[in-house]
Amino acid sequence: MSRQSNRTTDSKKMVGDSSRINNSELFTLTYGALVTQLCKDYENDEEVNKQLDKMGYNIGVRLIEDFLARSSIGRCQDFRETADVIAKVAFKMYLGITPSVTNWSPAGDEFSLILESNPLVDFVELPDNHSTLIYSNLLCGILRGALEMVQMAVDVRFVQDTLRGDNVTEIRMKFIKRIEENLPAGDE
Amino acid sequence: METRFTKGKSALLERPLTRPKTEVSVSAFALLFSEVVQYCQSRVYSVTELQARLAEMGQRVGASLLDVLVLREKNGKRETKVLNILLFIKVSVWRSLFGKEADKLEQANDDDKIYYIIEKESLVNTYISVPKENSTLNCAAFTGGIIEAILTHSGFPAKVTVHWHKGTTLMIKFDEAVIARDKALEGR
Repeated sequence: MSRQSNRTTDSKKMVGDSSRINNSELFTLTYGALVTQLCKDYENDEEVNKQLDKMGYNIGVRLIEDFLARSSIGRCQDFRETADVIAKVAFKMYLGITPSVTNWSPAGDEFSLILESNPLVDFVELPDNHSTLIYSNLLCGILRGALEMVQMAVDVRFVQDTLRGDNVTEIRMKFIKRIEENLPAGDE
Repeated sequence: METRFTKGKSALLERPLTRPKTEVSVSAFALLFSEVVQYCQSRVYSVTELQARLAEMGQRVGASLLDVLVLREKNGKRETKVLNILLFIKVSVWRSLFGKEADKLEQANDDDKIYYIIEKESLVNTYISVPKENSTLNCAAFTGGIIEAILTHSGFPAKVTVHWHKGTTLMIKFDEAVIARDKALEGR
């Protein structure tokens, strides 16, 4: 008595392979739902920014392992190489975009990532009462967390944001110091 | 989108609705989703509440997704029959979200208000491990929320719940009025 329409595709191959890419809409909309929920829970934008940064940090800590496992990049020799790897390999692998690396400071410890398009903000518009919200702050946390796990302390900030009227999105990354602590127990 | 309606007030509304070209990796979505689950978990005290929160976030996603998909895939044509909307979900919605169709669509033997969508391995659950004490938790409640929003906003009020059965089963229960209306349409 039950009607059944059964169309199994090669779903096993699809899900088992973790480098499979899917359409960015689900990702964009999930991030949007998350930010909306955070805005409802925390009344002010500063709190939301901090929460996004914290969550990004947690993601970054795990993302770096996934990244190192899937790309066979070895150790970077200096900060310039790190910048190139982040822009050309990591962003491409996870978000499908390739930002450009510019505006190196004279000391070589600060640079900017310019993103022409940002998949996180595909359908997004910031209303007037949330003008201090840094919508993509998750990215800052991710970069900070991931680099901390490879012994680099960095400071990551948004300088320009398309949601707030600028032409491009610019993230400024500054190298603070090399972390010399012991690796956590269980490594090596 | 006609510019005479938006008059340049919102650049976002004037962008075309074509499929986004960037593709985001599965692991990016998995990491984001795990943060979403952790965040929801930190604010609730029970499994049912957690599932309710995930469903709520899914509903936000579904509401935004419906308009885009209907315009893109079906040229703005609205579904009026229950079976058609379910097939739309199984094929179009699933394909745009996960890159493949849902595994099975079934109708319950004894109750014509209930339909099941069955997936052996749901994308959202792939990287979520559920500890024994919360074994009833199924994060596909997020997907359930998406479906519920799509059905309700298309004029088919329904409730969607999620169960561990043959993989992941989404149980869709339509309101009485929907089935009665559908029967009347068929009778014509």
